Amino acid sequence: MTELTNLGVKAIRDGVAGGDFTAREVAEAFNAAVAEAAELNAFIVTTPDHALAAADATDAKRAKGEDLGTMGGVPIGMKDLFATRGVQTTAASHILEGFTPEYESTVSQNLWDAGAGMLGKLNLDQFAMGSSNETSYFGNVASPWKKQGTNAAMSPGGSSGGSSSAVAARIAPAATGTDTGGSIRQPAAFTGICGIKPTYGRCSRWGVVAFASSLDQAGPMARSVEDCAIMLEAMAGFDPKDATSLKMEVPAWEAGLSADLKGKTIGIPKEYRMDGTDEEILKSWEQGKEWLRDAGAEIVDISLPHTKYALPAYYIVAPAEASSNLARYDGVRYGLRDLPDGAGLQDMYAATRAAGFGDEVKRRILIGTYVLSAGFYDAYYTQAQKIRTLVAQDYEQAWGECDAILAPTTPTASFPLGSLDKDPLTMYLNDVYAVPASLAGLPAMSVPAMLNGEGLPLGLQIVGKPFDEQGVLNAGLAIQQRAGFEAQPEKWW
Amino acid sequence: MSTYRIQGATGEWEVVIGLEVHAQVTSNAKLFSGASTAFGAEPNTQVSLVDAAMPGMLPVPNRECIRQAVRTGMAIEAEINAWSRFDRKNYFYADLPQGYQISQLYHPLVGEGALHIEADEKAGIPQDKVIGIERIHVEQDAGKLMHDQHPTMSYVDLNRSGVALMEIVSKPDMRSPAEAGAYVRKLRSILRYVGSCDGNMEEGSMRADVNVSVRKPGEEFGTRTETKNVNSVRFVMQVIEYEANRQVDVLENGGTVDQETRLFDPNTGTTRTMRSKEDAHDYRYFPDPDLLPLELEDDFLEECRASLPELPDAKRKRYEEELGLTPYNARELTAEVETFARFETLLAATANGIGKPEKAVATQVANWALSVAPGVIKSLGEEANPAHATAEAQASILDMQAKGEISGGQAKEIFEIVLKTGRDPEEIAETEGLKQVSDTGAIEAAIDEILANNEDKVEQYKGGKDKLFGFFVGQTMKAMQGKANPAVVNQILKDKLG
Repeated sequence: MTELTNLGVKAIRDGVAGGDFTAREVAEAFNAAVAEAAELNAFIVTTPDHALAAADATDAKRAKGEDLGTMGGVPIGMKDLFATRGVQTTAASHILEGFTPEYESTVSQNLWDAGAGMLGKLNLDQFAMGSSNETSYFGNVASPWKKQGTNAAMSPGGSSGGSSSAVAARIAPAATGTDTGGSIRQPAAFTGICGIKPTYGRCSRWGVVAFASSLDQAGPMARSVEDCAIMLEAMAGFDPKDATSLKMEVPAWEAGLSADLKGKTIGIPKEYRMDGTDEEILKSWEQGKEWLRDAGAEIVDISLPHTKYALPAYYIVAPAEASSNLARYDGVRYGLRDLPDGAGLQDMYAATRAAGFGDEVKRRILIGTYVLSAGFYDAYYTQAQKIRTLVAQDYEQAWGECDAILAPTTPTASFPLGSLDKDPLTMYLNDVYAVPASLAGLPAMSVPAMLNGEGLPLGLQIVGKPFDEQGVLNAGLAIQQRAGFEAQPEKWW
Repeated sequence: MSTYRIQGATGEWEVVIGLEVHAQVTSNAKLFSGASTAFGAEPNTQVSLVDAAMPGMLPVPNRECIRQAVRTGMAIEAEINAWSRFDRKNYFYADLPQGYQISQLYHPLVGEGALHIEADEKAGIPQDKVIGIERIHVEQDAGKLMHDQHPTMSYVDLNRSGVALMEIVSKPDMRSPAEAGAYVRKLRSILRYVGSCDGNMEEGSMRADVNVSVRKPGEEFGTRTETKNVNSVRFVMQVIEYEANRQVDVLENGGTVDQETRLFDPNTGTTRTMRSKEDAHDYRYFPDPDLLPLELEDDFLEECRASLPELPDAKRKRYEEELGLTPYNARELTAEVETFARFETLLAATANGIGKPEKAVATQVANWALSVAPGVIKSLGEEANPAHATAEAQASILDMQAKGEISGGQAKEIFEIVLKTGRDPEEIAETEGLKQVSDTGAIEAAIDEILANNEDKVEQYKGGKDKLFGFFVGQTMKAMQGKANPAVVNQILKDKLG
């Protein structure tokens, strides 16, 4: 049965539909793989029964000759930022520990409607704040990868680190992620898998625990571009319950996949050659250009002049929104309540939030509160919004010269857990290449390119025009076909 | 110019007043959720996941609330901002589930407008006045804390959480409690005409934050205080009186007025400090990232405009100019929605019944509606069943009166019976003998007899003692037991006396 866990979304779906195996067999295989992989700490809770129930429903439909849906028979991991009815939803925080919503997020519901089942709720950086999956209240997630010749636990990236670890370890064929400033792409790059953040508004935010509302986007993480296309198609769609949702039809991305890039122009932003970027990353970028040229694309140099301001602007905008979004966790209505003896309301707030939030979350709430406060608002928040506009304008200019942009996903490969956790600013730099597309709300994807000299995966990032997920996926497919990335982490868990 | 002055030891002080009125928008659902807004429901029964700020919940603007605020803006001749935006006002309180109120600080839905208040000598408003409106923005209401449910804990009811409010901000254009009172009454009237707020101040549908400062006439504005959540016109006026006098005392004793937020105590009619400027919250306003800017299309704005009813000022003018009513009657009839609605129904029914244009019967109907009918109802007290006072019944009485079939006195008597029993007015007139005699034969016979019995007086009258005409009328009415049609009596008497 173990071979079933080597299959991706498309292979499982088609295999179940074709009768090669049953959905139940698939679910049982992955449930078993999940149960064996506790050392990765990828899941906060497992939900084998959910996966089995969805599988049985798919098998029953097949027996009746009914449509199985685009994800029929595929069990997936659900990042624990999505509200799931009847299943604890924590955002990896103590303050929401034990919180069981009576509602289902739109994205997860869309996936169940497409025939998918849930293996469990995946660990993440607390409230999606982090780039290494070390801020979870439920412990670090380990990457299945190891640096050659060492045994140190490596970071799976963050915040969707449970997702990336699980998919790379083949204990889930695919998983949901969310990306605010790189939280899908960076962990995908760290673990040698694919992940796409669609255009802002493609996936409903309804029922997703908010980090920074103007940036948060859900997207799929899987081991191939095809699987990402299938799963994104299932996740996306207009939702009247989200006022920022795009009122657009979801294109048939899977059917539209083509690695032929003839007539396409790919831009190479010169500002992305930054100090501190790993030589091997730059080499992979060069290789990526070759692959795309080979696929028929024309490669041109472009300029995104405000790139260096994007990260500082992001670290104003995102904490500002977060400081407000997280005000609702106050101990009054749900979640943790810490009520010391004789405490009044203010004491209860202070005690609850002190106990319920981790250090990184507190750090960002403090930053956000500071940049919004009277006297600092214009100097920080207003300036950051101006930069955001300028960054978006950079891209608009670039679209006059190219159809998509190729860049590294991260400045370095994965690092050992615990090596950066005392140095938040260096940690924040992990997202330096990912953040500009987030500020502009653009679709962006990371696809695995190669292993570095230490045996760790490196990813390449493709950024597309608004609504052009197809162009991004197609460029990703062209790289995937030429990179031939088949490496797997050796099982140690 | 208002002549209202506080007489201080150092001379006269002028009061400067600005009002922020919070009006609950009439809509079935809350501003950003589908939950109901009905008043008086059991605690926490009208709370959606959004109102309770559950994780991952998102606000979606309710178009009807926006529409009502736009219509209100149009009714006060205000600029409507086709592009506006929602901001978050951040603060922690147990009645505020999100930890922020969604409001509009930077780009309100409605810009500058104006509200007209009329001269009212008696109330101390010597002439008509225009009060400027700064803006109207829409925002969420908070929930309600209940401190009397448990010995050591407070409970929270979120039924009101997320209900749509309009905050209507005046300019500091008022100069007396009377002007402020007139402003609130007029605003309430307009809101009720438009149907955007029920104006029910007891239920909290309308409440005012009262900004008061004092200055020597002609000088710069003084430091103001803001008294929160004042929920009746009378209290608004009391707050101003109290605050203005308090501030004058402070200033004349060499002190300074602190810019602060105050609370009104209706039991004592006084205000006290709620929080000083130093304790003022830093609300950290910023644009709500869950919501896109609100952009209103031309079609929507046109529909809002087309749906506006005739407003109080226009209606008053029409009553005077087209119906020929006195300014007093016109003002009284147009002050409240219920009053003009009853009047217009009765007017139409009466004009229709008599077959005359409305203008011909308007004064009669106005007098009936404003003084006669309320007088009868009041005199009956609890004996009256207001449900019997239908427009049809009253129109029928007015119809009989206009035709001369009944007198004014009989009209009242019939109306009394209607109010008590709900019987048909015409049937009452017949059965109870409450009809005037217009039969010239009977009246003539009575007059002939009276003239014959009073030959001396007839002589005196003919000799020039005109006053005696009233004597003959009186005698005739007495002989007819008050049921003769006075017009017919007059006419026959005139003919006979030459």
